[in-house]
Amino acid sequence: MSTEDQAPSQDIPPKEIFYCEVCTFPLEYCEFGSSFTKCKEWLKEADSAQYDKHYSEEALQSKLGTLSLEAQKKLEKDVAKKEAKAEAKADAALKKKMSSPVTIKRIERNKRKHVTAVHGLEAFDIELKKAAKFFAQRFATGASVSKNAQGQDEIVVQGDVAYDIEELIEKGTGVLKGIPIDNVEIVEDKKKKSD
Amino acid sequence: MFKKFTPSTDISGQTPPKSSVQRSLRNALLSQWKITPETLEQIWPKKESLIHVKCRDHLSMYTVQGSPLFFQHFDGPMYPTLRLLQRYPSILPKVGIDRGAIRFLLGGANMMCPGLNSPGGYLPPAEEALPAESMVAIFAEGKEHPIAVGITKLESEELRRSKKGVGVEIATYLGDDLWPLKSL
Repeated sequence: MSTEDQAPSQDIPPKEIFYCEVCTFPLEYCEFGSSFTKCKEWLKEADSAQYDKHYSEEALQSKLGTLSLEAQKKLEKDVAKKEAKAEAKADAALKKKMSSPVTIKRIERNKRKHVTAVHGLEAFDIELKKAAKFFAQRFATGASVSKNAQGQDEIVVQGDVAYDIEELIEKGTGVLKGIPIDNVEIVEDKKKKSD
Repeated sequence: MFKKFTPSTDISGQTPPKSSVQRSLRNALLSQWKITPETLEQIWPKKESLIHVKCRDHLSMYTVQGSPLFFQHFDGPMYPTLRLLQRYPSILPKVGIDRGAIRFLLGGANMMCPGLNSPGGYLPPAEEALPAESMVAIFAEGKEHPIAVGITKLESEELRRSKKGVGVEIATYLGDDLWPLKSL
């Protein structure tokens, strides 16, 4: 949120809102989010006054409002279900992320010259542009983000740096953090003889 | 409107509009929202230039210092973003939904009449009746902050009587794909 532009004025001042850092909702809506238990824990740690305001016995009582007990129970069940679902989803996403492959391809350009194409980094939340810049700096060559034949984004680095890149990934240098080295594969791509 | 929205593919360009266009936007906001020029000045200082972010399906978003402030579909009304509305909840007329409807709203559903005219809901009193197609801030029972922005489909008096059907069409709600976008 940008709050810099909030000079005090004679007119309506902006309301200050506390957002939950876990689910990003305003605190009072955490109970409808998909990570209610986590939100609660976080708030207890971070701000006990706010926690009391939202989760003390009285607050819980008044919250019931006009909703019947039955509907309330159903709601609670729903939230729990949602939470479990979100957790399972996050787990699956993480698993998928951890098993997604990164291929480093050495492509022969003409006999002695090669380019190296790195594909699959985006699955690890790496910004391709930044990574390309990093490669360019590290190897003092050109590196760019381009689309390959399948229309997927990849980084093309000039020169044969396949093994260097593998090493960088293994060490987790710079922006290349959190890639399990087992997922990295080096492929050679020789030009076919045309005659 | 923002149930599915991915910034990387759905945004087609960002441009600062001409100052004459900015002026007319300012006037449009002043006439459409319950807002004073001073308050608008707080939200969108004259010195700050506005950026027009073009999105898919004729959707335009306007940002100041990168943070989205309001959006528009075609030449339609200017909707404030939910984050802006939560800071200045008084800029739109208010309707309330009961507690049972919250979870549907967070799933992106339009608000049905029973959720608005049940004991937990809130509709403006008869003397401040809203016409159909007016923009409203949607509050939830027992909560302090608005939860969504929408357009009423019926007059508010009609909403009070009606037993079924869509009462308020939702433009943006808490937890949609616009919500996580703090800056563009």
